[in-house]
Amino acid sequence: MRVFTAIIAITVGILVLLGYFLPQAAIFQVILLDWAIILAGSAALIGIFNLLNVHADKVRRRAKDGVYSAILILGLFATFIFALFLKPQNIYVQAFILKGIIIPVEASLMALLTVSLLYAAVRLLRRRTDLMSIVFIVVAALIFLGSATLPFGDIPLFGTLVRPWVSQVLALGGARGILIGVALGTLTTGLRVLFGVDRPYGGK
Amino acid sequence: MTALAILVVAAFLLFVITLWKRRSPTPLREIAAFTQLARTLGLSIEDGKRLHISLGHGSLLDARGGAAFAGLSLLRNIAESTSVSDMPTVASAGDPVLGLLTQDTLQAGYQAAGVEDAYVHTMGRVTGLSPFSYAAGAMQIPQNENVSTNIVIGHLGPEAGLITEAADRNNINLIGSSDNLTGQSILFANTQEPLIGEELFAAGAYLNSDPAHVASLTVQDIFRWVIILILLGGAAMKFVGAL
Repeated sequence: MRVFTAIIAITVGILVLLGYFLPQAAIFQVILLDWAIILAGSAALIGIFNLLNVHADKVRRRAKDGVYSAILILGLFATFIFALFLKPQNIYVQAFILKGIIIPVEASLMALLTVSLLYAAVRLLRRRTDLMSIVFIVVAALIFLGSATLPFGDIPLFGTLVRPWVSQVLALGGARGILIGVALGTLTTGLRVLFGVDRPYGGK
Repeated sequence: MTALAILVVAAFLLFVITLWKRRSPTPLREIAAFTQLARTLGLSIEDGKRLHISLGHGSLLDARGGAAFAGLSLLRNIAESTSVSDMPTVASAGDPVLGLLTQDTLQAGYQAAGVEDAYVHTMGRVTGLSPFSYAAGAMQIPQNENVSTNIVIGHLGPEAGLITEAADRNNINLIGSSDNLTGQSILFANTQEPLIGEELFAAGAYLNSDPAHVASLTVQDIFRWVIILILLGGAAMKFVGAL
């Protein structure tokens, strides 16, 4: 069975890849990607059932913070029933669930993140005192001083020379280097999966 | 056609170097994060605590799948190593397809260790379907489930900060890397030993010394040097042309 799944996965992977280069294989690519999209949609349902199962189990076991799990399950069912009867595009569903709950909660999490990141930067030197940590803090401070609106006005040269040079020369060069490394890593990882060396579909 | 040529050359190099590495294994340079990870695996079993692996929300249907596959490769090794523990490893994903593969990978690890009966499908979880809902769900695991180490590996953006914050508040070791630059910088500031850029993809080679994984690192190095030479050559030609 495992050999069979590996053969299917490798064949499908190669056909989809060839579709990018050979027009003859493009027809198979379109069909296979359509199947993948349908399967991904089904996987979303399975993912929701998994989420429900994990949280229902926490409520059943009366686990610590199980009350949040109960709220999650209630929210899930309320959203499902709302959207089922009123349809997801309904203006009240959009206004109440999306604009009234989801967007404000995610915006609050983002705001919370700002504080926690500032705190993390302060703790960095306590956690790891090395050259790169010092460089990290100094660069962050330079960018901050060059971007922030200060009560006594801009610091000379910071906003006009130091910040643009650091962000558009040093940081951009470093970012491109990291992204090239990530792209190469993605390429070799993809090839390993394509040739069946890595089998995230359950192969031993 | 350039892309096809790059793919063919990469595949050929990967094949040849894998055969070569099988005959003469070469040592890898030390990466502190992987040394810490190897030590953590043993300690977590002794302490009776579990590991939490946050695989991010990288979809397998686009370019972010590479980081997700690297995370799954790491998960496969960890699942096999920690399958004998009383506190099994828990993995969280923010994408439903990745969630399914997470469960399958964990099960494969337990099968390989010969303890398939110990596998429970809730070890692999989908904690949310948007970046922040995923992080909000994943940050509950280190807080409530007796976790000793949280490994954050995959595609994560700024929301990684919420998971690292939760881990830090509970004095949990943190190892992390992301293919996203914002996520990368947040993990650099929050982890004891950071993994930078392509080190994310080296986990398999460092944990199981598989020749194919080690060969893929060598292929990356070869391509990196070619890119460096092309960049330097291009800069030199431009400089000469400007003279």
